[in-house]
Amino acid sequence: MGNLSTTPPSVSPSGGAGGGDDAGYSAGTTPPGGVHRSAARRELWRFLAGRVSGAVVSMLLVLLSAFFIFRVIGGDPVRAVGGDSPMTPEQRAEIEERLGLNEPLRVQFWEYVKDVFTLDWGQSYVSSAQVTDLMWDRLPNTLLLTGTALILAAGLGVWIGARAGWRQGSTFEKTQVGISLTLWSAPTFWLGMIVIIVFSVRLDLFPVNGMRSARGGDQDFLPDLLDVAHHLVLPACTMAAVIYAQYVLIMRSSILEERGNDYLTVAKAKGLRDDVVRRRHAVPNALLPTVTLIALQFGAIFNGALLTETIFSWPGLGLLFYQAIKIPDIPLLQVLFIFFAGTTILANMLADIIYRFLDPRVRRSA
Amino acid sequence: MRTEPQPGSMSGSTNVTTELKSPRSIVWARRRASLADFWRLYRRQRAGMVGLAILVVITLLTVLAPWYTDESELNAANAPGGRMESPSTEFWFGTDQIGRPILTMVIWGARVSLQVGLVAAVLAVTLGTVIGMAAAHFGGWISWALMRLTDWFIVLPSLVLAIALVIALGPSKLTIIIAIALTSWAGTARLVRAQTMAIEGRPYLERARALGAGNWHQMTRHVLPNLMPLVLASATLQVSSAILAEASLSFLGLGDPSAFSWGGILERAFDAGAISAGAWWYMLPPGLAILLVVLAFTLCGRAMEVVLNPRLRGNQ
Amino acid sequence: MTPVLEIDDLRITYRGSRGEVPAVRGISMSLEPGDTLGLAGESGCGKSTVAGAILRLLPRETQVTGRIVLDGDDVLTMSFGKLRAVRWAGASIVFQGAMHSLNPVHRIARQIAEPIVLHEGLSSDAAEKRAVELMAQVGLPAWRASSYPHQLSGGQRQRVMIAMALACSPQLIIADEATTALDVMIQAQVLALIKRLVAERNIALVMISHDLSVLADTCDRLAVMYAGKLVEDGPSHEVFAAARHPYAQALSAAFPTVGDPAERRNPHGLAGDPPDPSNLPTGCSFHPRCPVVRDDCASTSVELRRARDDWRAACLRVEEVA
Ligand SMILES: Nc1ncnc2c1ncn2[C@@H]1O[C@H](COP(=O)(O)OP(=O)(O)OP(=O)(O)O)[C@@H](O)[C@H]1O
Ligand code: SF4
Ligand SMILES: [Mg+2]
Repeated sequence: MGNLSTTPPSVSPSGGAGGGDDAGYSAGTTPPGGVHRSAARRELWRFLAGRVSGAVVSMLLVLLSAFFIFRVIGGDPVRAVGGDSPMTPEQRAEIEERLGLNEPLRVQFWEYVKDVFTLDWGQSYVSSAQVTDLMWDRLPNTLLLTGTALILAAGLGVWIGARAGWRQGSTFEKTQVGISLTLWSAPTFWLGMIVIIVFSVRLDLFPVNGMRSARGGDQDFLPDLLDVAHHLVLPACTMAAVIYAQYVLIMRSSILEERGNDYLTVAKAKGLRDDVVRRRHAVPNALLPTVTLIALQFGAIFNGALLTETIFSWPGLGLLFYQAIKIPDIPLLQVLFIFFAGTTILANMLADIIYRFLDPRVRRSA
Repeated sequence: MRTEPQPGSMSGSTNVTTELKSPRSIVWARRRASLADFWRLYRRQRAGMVGLAILVVITLLTVLAPWYTDESELNAANAPGGRMESPSTEFWFGTDQIGRPILTMVIWGARVSLQVGLVAAVLAVTLGTVIGMAAAHFGGWISWALMRLTDWFIVLPSLVLAIALVIALGPSKLTIIIAIALTSWAGTARLVRAQTMAIEGRPYLERARALGAGNWHQMTRHVLPNLMPLVLASATLQVSSAILAEASLSFLGLGDPSAFSWGGILERAFDAGAISAGAWWYMLPPGLAILLVVLAFTLCGRAMEVVLNPRLRGNQ
Repeated sequence: MTPVLEIDDLRITYRGSRGEVPAVRGISMSLEPGDTLGLAGESGCGKSTVAGAILRLLPRETQVTGRIVLDGDDVLTMSFGKLRAVRWAGASIVFQGAMHSLNPVHRIARQIAEPIVLHEGLSSDAAEKRAVELMAQVGLPAWRASSYPHQLSGGQRQRVMIAMALACSPQLIIADEATTALDVMIQAQVLALIKRLVAERNIALVMISHDLSVLADTCDRLAVMYAGKLVEDGPSHEVFAAARHPYAQALSAAFPTVGDPAERRNPHGLAGDPPDPSNLPTGCSFHPRCPVVRDDCASTSVELRRARDDWRAACLRVEEVA
C-alpha cells in the first residue's frame, strides 16, 4: 500500500517485483501419449514441499529477527515497565529478574524459543494481560476491516484496471491512471483525516471513530450490525483507496501485456463482442500474473490497516500496535510483529500454491 | 555525468570525430549523446515533464525558504498567531495549537521530508543494486541465499518492520533513514538481478571475461554503466515510497522530535485534536505537500521507465 | 453463381507512430464457392493485411477503402452487429502462428465450441460435442478435448485451429501461413487435410504463404503480391511453371528451405531489399530489383494486364516474357 510499499507504482507489470518469470510456456513438450500421472503427482508434492519449507524458513527468520530487534537492541524494557517514575537500583534489579534480562543471551534465546512454541508469549507491560489474549480479542475487528477493504479494492481495482488497459490511450485510461497515481501518492492516514473532517465533522454522515456507538454491546443483533456497518464505511473506504490504486495499476499493466496476443485477434474474429473478448479471454490471462503481484503486496495491507485503525480508532490489531508503540510495550509489539509477518508469509505461500492450480501453463517439468 | 568540457553541448553531440581522441573522451561523448537522446525521449512524456516541473518548483521553494519566510516564527516562544487560527490574509493556512503559521511549518518541513526521502532512497537503491548484482554474478548458494533474503524483505510488511527497527534503535533522523533503507531495497535487488543476468549474457562481456577481466572490473566497467539508467528510474520511484514511509513513521510518533517533517506536522495535528476541531487548514497543506512530491517523483520515475523500455511506450 | 468473396480496388493504409504505411494499394479479386486461391509474396508485401481486412480485424485507425463483398454484403460498410454475425460464420481464419492463436487458459474443446455457441445458439454442452466431432475430422482423439493448448504439439494446435475454422461451416476459410511453423512431414499432412476438407464441403479457400510450391499444390489459382499489389494472377500450375511477371518467376524458381529465417525474408536470393511500403519506387515498384528492367519501367505505372483469358500479370513485358 502507498505507505512504505516495497513496490513503487512502476509502469511495467514486472517492475519492482520481477514476477512471472516462472510462468514457463512449454511449447508442445508433453508427449502425445499424455501426462505421466505419477510423475506429475511426485512433482506436485515436491513443489508443495518446497513452498512449505520455504515458508518455514522465512518464519524462523522472523522469529530470529523479532528476538534480536526487541530483546537485544531494543530500548530499555525496564524503563518501559517502570514508566517515567524514578527507580531505585533494587527495583530495577527486581524487574530485570522478573523479565529474565540478567540471563546470558544464549539462555534468553532458548527461553524465547521455548515460549514461542508453547505459545507463552508473555504479558503486556501495561495491562499485564497475556499479549496473546489481547491479540485474539482484536483480531476479528481487523479481519472485518481489512477483509471489507480488500474485497472492495480488489473487485473495483481489477475491474477498472482491466478496462483502462483494454483502452490504452483513451481518456478513460488516462483519467483512471491519474486517479490511481494520486491515490497511491496520498498518505493513508492523511486521507483518513480528510475523510473524517469532510464526512463526519462537516457533513455529519458517519461517526468520527470507533467501531460501535456509545450504547455499545447491549443492542440487539441487527441494530448492532447496522451500527458496526455504519462505523465501517469510512475506514474501509480509506483503506481500500490506496490498495485499489495499486490493483488498478497492476491490472492495467497485465492487460497491456496481453493485448496484441494472437488469441485475442482470434476471439475477435470469432465474432465476440469487444467486452466479451476482454472479459472471457484477456482478463483471465491477465489475472494470473496479477495474483502473484497482489500476493507480494499482501504485507502492505497491514501497513494500511495500522494507519487506518489509528486514525479511526478502530479497535483492531493496528490500533493495538500503535498503542504499543507509544509505550513502547515490547512483548505486545513482538507478538504483533510476529503475527503480521507470519500472516503475510502464510498468505504468500498460499497464493503461490493457488497460482499453480489456477494457471494450466504452470506445469514445471523437472 | 559530470566534467563537461564545453558547457552547452548537451544536444547535438554526435559529431565526435576529430578533436576527441582518447578512449576516455570517446566514452564521455557517447554518454553525453545517450543522455541527450534520453532527454529528447523524456521530453515527449507529458506526465513526466509535469512531475519534473513540480519538483523544480518545490526544490526552489525549499532552498529559498530563508529568504521569504521567517524561521524564528517556528520557535514556540515566538509564535506570531493565536491558537489554531483559521486562514486569514496574515496566515494563509492558519496557525497550529500554539500559534505558529502552518504555511511556514510546511515550507520548512520540506527540508526534512525531502532529505530523509532522498537519502533513504539512495541508500536503499545502492543496497539493492549491490545485492542484486552479487546475486546475479555469483550464482550458486550465494545467489540462492541472497534471493531468499530478498524475497523475505519483499514479502514482509515493511512499515511494521521499519517501526520495529526505529523503536529498537531509538527515534532520530538517522534511524528513520536506516529503517526505511533496510526495508525497501528488495524490489530494486530483484530488478537489478534480472537485468544483470541479461547484461552478463551479452557477447562483449563474454569477451571481457575471456580476456581475463576480474569480477570487479566486469562489474564496474561493463555491468554497472549499463545498469545505471534502470537503477536511476528505480531510485526515482523509490524516493516516493521513502517519503511516504517517512511520513508514516513520523505520524506514528517515531520521527525526530526536534525537527518538523510533513508527517510530524500531521502527527501534531492529530494529537492536538485538529480533526474534531475541524481545523482542516492544519492538515491540508502538509498532506497535499506529501501527495504532490510523491506524485511528482512517481510521474518522473514512470516516464523514465517508459523511455528506457520502448515496449511500454504503446502505440501512440 | 454469386461469388463468395469479391474484393474491389482494396487499399489499406496503416497509421502508426512512424507515419502512414500504404500496405495494400489496390487489389481486386473474386472467389466462387469451392474456389481455392493461393496468395504468395515475400514478407511485408501485405498478405496478412488483406486477410485481416476481410473480417475487418485491422487496428481501428487503419484507413481501408474499396469494397470487400462477402456473400453479397460489403464488409467495410456493414454495421457492427452484422459484422459480428458474419465473422467466423461467413468466413473464418486460420492464423499465422498457431502457437499463440489459442487462449492458454481455456480447454481446447471450449475454444472450438465458442463460435458454435455464439453463432448457432447451441448450449455449451451440445457445442462441445460438436467440437469433439470436428476434432475427429482433423484427426485429434476425443480425450484431447480437455487438454490445454500448451499440452499439444505445434501440428496438433494447427489442427485445432482448422477444426475451429470449420466450426460454423463458413463459406470461406482464410489460411494465413497455416503451415509455415511446422516441419515438412506435418506440413504435408496439414495441407492435405485442409485440401480434403474444403473440397468435401465446397468451401472457398484463400491460402496465404510465401512458398509457391505449397500453394501450387493446394490451390487451383495462384496470385502473387508485391509491395501491396497483385502482380500476377492465374491458374496455379501454369503460373508456377511459367510465371509472366519477373518477380513471380523469381519466386517460383526458388526452392525455399523450410524454417530458414533468412530464406523467409528474402526467399529467392533476389538482388536488393524488399521495398519499404512507406517509400515505394516510382513506376513499376519492382524495377530496382528487376532483372529485365526496361527504360520506361521507372516512369510508367503498371497495372494488371491480361496475358490470357484466365491469366493476368502486371508487367510492361507481359507479351514478350512468356
Ligand atoms: N499494425 C500495423 N501498423 C503499421 N504497419 C503495419 C501494421 N501491420 C503491418 N504493417 C506493415 O504493413 C506491411 C504489410 O504487412 P503484412 O503483415 O500484411 O505482411 P505479410 O505479407 O503478411 O508478411 P509476412 O509474410 O511476414 O506475414 C508491412 O510493411 C508491415 O510492416
Ligand atoms: S514492368 Fe519493368 S520493372 Fe516491372 S517487372 Fe516488368 S520489366 Fe520488371
Ligand atoms: Mg503475414
